Amino acid sequence: MKIQLVQIAHARSGDKGDTGNVGVIALRSIYYPILVKYLTVERVKQHFSGICLGDVERYELPNLEALNFLLHKSLGGGGTRSLKNDAQGKTLSSVMLRMEIEISESIKL
Amino acid sequence: MKQSIRIASGQGFWGDLQSAPVDQVRNGPIDYMMLDYLAEVTMSILQKQKMRDPKLGYAKDIVPLFANILPDIVSNDIRVITNGGGANPMACRDAIFAVADKLGIKKLKIGVVLGDDILDRLDPLSKQGIGFENMETKVALSSIRSQVISANVYFGAAPIVEALKQGAQIVITGRTTDTGLTLAPMMYEFGWQADDWNKLAAGTVAGHILECGGQASGGNFSAGWRSVPDMAHIGFPIAEAHPDGRVIITKHNKTGGRVSTATVKEQLVYEIGNPKEYITPDCIADFTSIRLKDAGINRVEVSEVRGFPATDTYKVSMSYFDGYTAFGTLTYAWPDALEKASKADEILRIRLSDLGGNYEEIRTEFLGYNSCFGPLSQHSESMNEVVLRVGVRSRDQNAVEQFSSSIAPLILTGPPTATGFAGGRPKPREVIAYWPALIPKSAVAPQVVVEAR
Repeated sequence: MKIQLVQIAHARSGDKGDTGNVGVIALRSIYYPILVKYLTVERVKQHFSGICLGDVERYELPNLEALNFLLHKSLGGGGTRSLKNDAQGKTLSSVMLRMEIEISESIKL
Repeated sequence: MKQSIRIASGQGFWGDLQSAPVDQVRNGPIDYMMLDYLAEVTMSILQKQKMRDPKLGYAKDIVPLFANILPDIVSNDIRVITNGGGANPMACRDAIFAVADKLGIKKLKIGVVLGDDILDRLDPLSKQGIGFENMETKVALSSIRSQVISANVYFGAAPIVEALKQGAQIVITGRTTDTGLTLAPMMYEFGWQADDWNKLAAGTVAGHILECGGQASGGNFSAGWRSVPDMAHIGFPIAEAHPDGRVIITKHNKTGGRVSTATVKEQLVYEIGNPKEYITPDCIADFTSIRLKDAGINRVEVSEVRGFPATDTYKVSMSYFDGYTAFGTLTYAWPDALEKASKADEILRIRLSDLGGNYEEIRTEFLGYNSCFGPLSQHSESMNEVVLRVGVRSRDQNAVEQFSSSIAPLILTGPPTATGFAGGRPKPREVIAYWPALIPKSAVAPQVVVEAR
């Protein structure tokens, strides 16, 4: 089935220099394994192509049922140098949650 | 030893909700309040203010705030810890003493943490072999040395603990970590030692939850923001800390907002890197060890935090002058709003090119269309309006001024239906960029001055 990430997760994003961070948190415990399985570095990098111009790093926080992504070179230079309206990466969380993923599991939303 | 203490978050950044610290002091019992005023580039702004006037250079909001809450603080014996001293903690202290004097408050004891400002010592320290290379880009400091405006070491909780030991009711620091402001009272009250790594990590995690104010208690919350009660009167978070490192995150009764495992989780993942290594001057906290538990309405228990020995370096935050910038915006209406805005951008760029200015970067975004979603944006023909937003950055102030004076002419000499230019020409401003580096802890020492007046 095809789902949009916003149906199974919530998220918050911010900045450190030119790197954006997006924390993605499962809305229910049963969704966390789906995040782990489908939100791969490759999938996230592909989703953010044209926004994230550097590497993507992924970290797991099973205790919070969350993943943390670092999106390098995503903020137009970052901080005060950036000419972006969203120089602090506050809306990278929205970009993330808009992702559509095709999952083989059948889950009740 | 007290069985628990209540530490309230009063400000999450300079410019935060002014009523929040007042509410924290008056709406229920607290023992401590922390006020975080410093973002990465705030120090540079304060340093420039101090250069213009040696009595300035601290977060000025503090003066009217203390004029309002000082009587409550004194009568309820609340201790306040803030990094709002910025580039001039002594001047900040004197301003608060002046407020106390005016209010007839006697024998107020204020502690100040000094020694974080190493601007004057940069060259001697460099000669000692400290490279100050940029932590993110690995570039050497020499490339921007002549443009440096401020250089401050991030101290941790230790000097604040010292000020509390000496009886300070208010502690004012310069560049201190946000988390240290919350950890310090726990160390002081519970006698935690500098190598109680798990406990220091527990206090650091509590500090991370508190340091962005309302963002832990229902503000900027993405999992059901509609259901957050009375956001207009949002209660900022409070950490109820226990000697064993267990912390309950809560807020005052009868305030708006919400504290739940979900709101706390969102704050925990905010602006972190590798969650196993959350590095502060006090310890390294492992965010993958944190256990959250629902502990009642607007109460979340945080426990089992693991910590590891601190590194032997402090982070240094420097700011440097890096040219000029300006932004211009124009709003275009249906029909063909996006197409017209794009054409205006094209015309603007031709005119700038004709004028011959050099720009490091010209960036165009269309607000309402692609400023958040970039290439993922989907265009709709029925778009009511779009805002053309162009930003430029240049070493050459003249080039930025040429840009500024090229926006308004588009209204009458470009595509139709441009509006929203009430603010006049965009004002060029200096770019103050950020340079993070490291320094061995042995090279600097915080100083603590506690005085009563």
